[in-house]
Amino acid sequence: MKKQAIILFIAVLLGLTSFTLSAASTEGLEHSGANIRDTASLQRGAKWYVNYCMGCHSLQYVRYNRLAEDLGISEDMLMQNLVFSNAKFEDTMKISMQPKQSKAWFGKTPPDLSLTGRSRGPDWVYTYLKGFYQDENGEWNNTMLPNLSMPNVLWSLQGIQTPVYRQETTDGYTHEVIDHFELTREGAQSPEEFDQTARDIATFLDYAGEPAKLKRKHVGVWVILFLAVFTFLAFLLKAEYWRDVH
Amino acid sequence: MAKVESGMSRKANALLDWFDARLPVRSFWETVMTGYYAPKNFNFWYYMGSLALLVLVIQIFSGILLAMHYKPSATEAFASVEYIMRDVDWGWLIRYMHTTGASFFFIVIYLHMFRSLLYGSHKAPRELLWVFGMFIYVALMAEAFLGYILPWGQMSYWGAQVIINLFGAIPKIGEPLTQWIRGDYFISDATLNRFFALHVIAVPLAILGLVLLHLVALRENGSNNPDGIEIKKNKGADGHPVDGIPFHPYYTVKDIFGVGMFLMLFAFILFMWPEVSGLFLEHDNFVPADPLVTPTHIKPVWYFTPFYAILKAVPDKLLGVLTMGASVLVLFFLPWIDRSPVKSIRYKGTWYKVLLTLFTIAFVRLGLLGMAEGTPAQTWEMRLWTLVYFMFFVLLFFMSPRAKTKPEPDRVTH
Repeated sequence: MKKQAIILFIAVLLGLTSFTLSAASTEGLEHSGANIRDTASLQRGAKWYVNYCMGCHSLQYVRYNRLAEDLGISEDMLMQNLVFSNAKFEDTMKISMQPKQSKAWFGKTPPDLSLTGRSRGPDWVYTYLKGFYQDENGEWNNTMLPNLSMPNVLWSLQGIQTPVYRQETTDGYTHEVIDHFELTREGAQSPEEFDQTARDIATFLDYAGEPAKLKRKHVGVWVILFLAVFTFLAFLLKAEYWRDVH
Repeated sequence: MAKVESGMSRKANALLDWFDARLPVRSFWETVMTGYYAPKNFNFWYYMGSLALLVLVIQIFSGILLAMHYKPSATEAFASVEYIMRDVDWGWLIRYMHTTGASFFFIVIYLHMFRSLLYGSHKAPRELLWVFGMFIYVALMAEAFLGYILPWGQMSYWGAQVIINLFGAIPKIGEPLTQWIRGDYFISDATLNRFFALHVIAVPLAILGLVLLHLVALRENGSNNPDGIEIKKNKGADGHPVDGIPFHPYYTVKDIFGVGMFLMLFAFILFMWPEVSGLFLEHDNFVPADPLVTPTHIKPVWYFTPFYAILKAVPDKLLGVLTMGASVLVLFFLPWIDRSPVKSIRYKGTWYKVLLTLFTIAFVRLGLLGMAEGTPAQTWEMRLWTLVYFMFFVLLFFMSPRAKTKPEPDRVTH
């Protein structure tokens, strides 16, 4: 029966693995290389975020004091560099723009991004931030969210890129797809520098999605080590009791 | 030899005597633990019972702590879960215990049920034990479904929408019935509130009662074993089964080892990989419920997907719901469908090994297909495995009384 149990176990595992791969489908996503252990990247990401994103996108579940603690920033430094409103150190990162106003301005209220790092993942954020382009009519568009209502707020850093199309034929129909982008106007940052900026923001949103992630992994190592010792002792105890069972 | 007792132990015994004169403490312990003889040849599959009990305790414990911080209100639920994850001390640990526990409950229960298919634990005289177990399983499915709406994320909302609408397939009373379940014309605050009440009080109470019945029925006839023979038929001079050993201390120490192994796996998922790539915690559920935006791909959590695939395999909605219901209902009758003179797969013959392997593949495959987006090719595959799923019971019913069996041993083997 052991053989059968093992075969079943492997079948289930294989099945789950093949599914997991398809679920975490990374089609069209660039690898961000976001690493929440990189404190410097997190700090830069926080800086970019409050300067370029937070005009419209709140982080209503992230608290400033928690942010200061996790990112190794002092209260004074945080209040001077990251808080531009009359928010207090204990407050969450809310914005003053009213949903009604923003809906009238953009056609859609810009969503809160507290959990975007979890629901979409850092790779999505990275690809999205790099996916803005200006189409033939001079309108902003994005490869990840086609015909979005958001302009490229990072254009002064990135510059402006326009698409170069190529013809593609599927099912007998020929249509244009974006082949690559061309930087038609340079920004304040080089493409490599801008990649790092996008990576920093992706890292920051990854952190914002689950601030306890690093602590959880750290605690987990000790819990598992404790359980390993416990299980070993339990095994010895069981072996001792079972010596007389044949 | 004279018994040497310390002062402490004498006092402890006196205290126990005091209680024993008022409550059957010692006799109860003897009946269910030290004097209860279990077969000595339990293998891996026999850890699942005690582990299911452990997960039940984990869920109740973490659930109570969650309920202290959670707010069952459509406007506050999502934010209160994030409050637990971020602001409550060790709140993330409590929540991950509960979410990991939910999935592990089903892993353990599915293995527990599979054990019965292997060794015929559902067969006479343990039919009621199996039926109580099936009621626990159905209650557990209800509990999981009700709990899944509480975080009030996109999948909570739309998953509940899909499942509640299934009742709408019933002719005539369908529509009013769905309204009665929701307490509103659509899924709303009223739905969330009643689901919360059912999730934290009604269904857990039912589960606890059923678990008690399950255990009483178990102790009545004793556990089956991998050989599927009754150890009570072969008693020694002391009146105890020769192939039995006292549950305590033998199986209590063995189960403690099982608990250790289980908790290591549990802790690994909880601390290192709580989302399991969207299997245990779905990505879309980190987006607040929005009645105006339908997610592109609605699917239930993994433990429901085999039945979801059976539902999707049938083109007609009402027939699909009935087929899905039948796929669970048929399990209740397993003790009377399996008419084999022997219990264990070891002596049933090759035909049963083939049937059970096909059934297992069908169940796992249906589970995977139930998660997929559903291409036409996948729909046909779902139909194939749905057929295999039901054919298992049909063939078992007709083949089990006729097939040639191998002789059962007199004593248990290892």
